[in-house]
Amino acid sequence: MLKIKNLKAGIAGKEILKGFNLEVNAGEVHAIMGPNGTGKSTLGNVLSGKEGYEISDGSALLNGVELLELAPEERAQLGLFLAFQYPVEIPGVSNANFLKASINEIRKSKGQNPISAPEFLKLLREKMELVEMQKDFISRSVNVGFSGGEKKRNEILQMAMLNPQLSILDETDSGLDIDALRIVANGVNKLRTPDNAFIIITHYQRLLDYIVPDFVHVMYDGRIVKSGDKSLALELEEKGYDWIKEEVEAL
Amino acid sequence: MSEQNQILEDLSSSDYKYGFVTNIEQEFAPKGLSEDIIRFISSKKEEPEWMLEWRLKAYKEWQKMEEPQWANVHFPKIDFQDIIYYAAPKQKKELNSLDEVDPELLKTFEKLGISIEEQKRLSGVAMDIVVDSVSVKTTFQKTLKEKGIIFCSMSDAIKNHSELVKKYIGTVVPIKDNYFAALNSAVFSDGSFCYIPKGVKCPMELSTYFRINAAGSGQFERTLLIVDEGGYASYLEGCTAPQRDENQLHAAVVEIIAMDDAEIKYSTVQNWYPGDKDGKGGVYNFVTKRGMCKGKNSKISWTQVETGSAITWKYPSCILAGDNSIGEFYSVAVTNHFQQADTGTKMIHIGKNSKSRIVSKGISIGKSQNTYRGLVKVHKKAENARNFSQCDSLLMGNRCGAHTFPYIEVDNRSAKVEHEATTSKISEDILFYCQQRGIDSEQAVAMIVNGFCKEVMDNLPMEFAVEARKLLNISLEGSVG
Ligand SMILES: Nc1ncnc2c1ncn2[C@@H]1O[C@H](COP(=O)(O)OP(=O)(O)OP(=O)(O)O)[C@@H](O)[C@H]1O
Ligand SMILES: [Mg+2]
Repeated sequence: MLKIKNLKAGIAGKEILKGFNLEVNAGEVHAIMGPNGTGKSTLGNVLSGKEGYEISDGSALLNGVELLELAPEERAQLGLFLAFQYPVEIPGVSNANFLKASINEIRKSKGQNPISAPEFLKLLREKMELVEMQKDFISRSVNVGFSGGEKKRNEILQMAMLNPQLSILDETDSGLDIDALRIVANGVNKLRTPDNAFIIITHYQRLLDYIVPDFVHVMYDGRIVKSGDKSLALELEEKGYDWIKEEVEAL
Repeated sequence: MSEQNQILEDLSSSDYKYGFVTNIEQEFAPKGLSEDIIRFISSKKEEPEWMLEWRLKAYKEWQKMEEPQWANVHFPKIDFQDIIYYAAPKQKKELNSLDEVDPELLKTFEKLGISIEEQKRLSGVAMDIVVDSVSVKTTFQKTLKEKGIIFCSMSDAIKNHSELVKKYIGTVVPIKDNYFAALNSAVFSDGSFCYIPKGVKCPMELSTYFRINAAGSGQFERTLLIVDEGGYASYLEGCTAPQRDENQLHAAVVEIIAMDDAEIKYSTVQNWYPGDKDGKGGVYNFVTKRGMCKGKNSKISWTQVETGSAITWKYPSCILAGDNSIGEFYSVAVTNHFQQADTGTKMIHIGKNSKSRIVSKGISIGKSQNTYRGLVKVHKKAENARNFSQCDSLLMGNRCGAHTFPYIEVDNRSAKVEHEATTSKISEDILFYCQQRGIDSEQAVAMIVNGFCKEVMDNLPMEFAVEARKLLNISLEGSVG
């Protein structure tokens, strides 16, 4: 589904992704871990087309389509979803309006008609239940005045509404209390199908107790330096990153 | 080409179907302003003597006044002797079909969803079958007549309802009120007059008429609306279609008066030419709009959507003289490119229990400057006066500016005056967030702006609101990228 090859990208003259490779197939969950500042969020931003990055090499194909050449909204319309590490607030735009606009733009790109109001409300109710969102949420402005945990849950709600092919969750677990963590993980698990895939960026093994990944990758200095199954996450939790850094530097 | 020839050239390409007399040269006053010019205007319009006297008095006052410098707008000095103060109503050059119309203009019409018939009318295409407008106009006038409502041009009112005009003109905006009001009083060209008799609720928006008669009221427009006891009127001014006009200076005066238990709703969409994206050209719009809640329990509500003009200087205000009277001001002002807007309101509380509400939404884009200036004044006698003001600014990019100047003067201790203000910004991060959800940045901006303005837009009469919303989106075009 996703093929990233030798991706090199930087910002403000500084190279951050230094030949990143990753292949994700339908039905898989990949976890990416790694020390602060190694380029995990940068990867999500570059894949989804945030402005300001210089891409010097490599490619990223989603179902055979080169993402790096598309506008950010086109990538989203193709089914790429990024759950932001720091979701922004959009004053004056209600969650309902925002979600409807989003769904309709994606439908439009596929030549489909806008969603009907009853259909939309039904879907919204169902998905709000999934992430245990309060009712007044519908009319509130996107993320405005939301607590940190509510913002993260809102990202999952949006993901559930849009039903993307490939979702990148950037530290969605950070700042969540135990209940919220369970809610978020539950949400993701319920959305897993053989046709979609997830990349989960996290610092904590505990999320991976709930969402069991097929692969765990360690990212360091702009690259994946080690891959394994979920036991790798346990090992990292126990030993930290120093041994990996040493391994890399020994090369 | 000499100036004389130029004038003749301009004239011959115009069309005078407004029934003016044949001597072409006399339809045009020479440039500049003097007593003679004012006499000329008044006689051309066949005005009664008192009207002329009034104009001359205004002219004398104007000469003693100084152009105001306090607004937060900047423009080269206006040469008032370089303006033509009287020209027979301008007719656009008549075209044979829409094919001859500027394609840019047509595109805008399309975006606004304006009907073909209306497109033709607005762009001056000859229409041989005007079934629509004619029939609408006749039924409209019949209804008004049955109700005893007077609704006509100011010129007609001065001739046919002289006593009413004489009684009310200048009572809300006195001649000496300000520099531009004085100028307008001296040289005003035309405008609308409306009188709603006691107990009559005007059953339709007083707009259909206006739109049918949209052909330029000139640059010094004068409007007077009076709603008598227990009456109601909703008046729509302006047109969402782009208004191109070579007249750089517009100085209108609008006076409205509400008697006991009367209510007036006045909605404006202002879409004059704002100048190009480099800041060249564009209309200077210096307007004095004021409502007088004269009677008890009266209510005046101003709603405005301002997207046009290079410079806007405008403060629709309410004098809340009657006990329990209510004044409202709802405003959206969008500035883009090099536009400058200094707009707001004044709420003058005199009557007991008078209430006012101000909701102002300023949107600045590009290199524009958007200023809210508001005064809430509570007089000694105004027991229990209440005001609530909400002034929100939305900025796009780093080169525009938003400014808020709320002035509050309270001389009665029982008054409650509340002011809230917010400033937000459509940042790159917000746009990227929307894009990541499949919404392109232009649509994202429109969505955010529409959300931001909703409270004001909801106040517009239905038929106007749809167009105003589209207009808003058009004025945002090119704001990202
Ligand atoms: N606009 C920018 N200008 C300069 N450097 C930047 C910019 N944005 C990111 N960086 C740098 O790029 C590097 C990678 O940042 P990134 O946010 O991708 O790290 P991360 O792996 O997500 O870290 P964390 O685990 O803390 O979220 C960091 O050193 C960061 O300081
Ligand atoms: Mg990060």
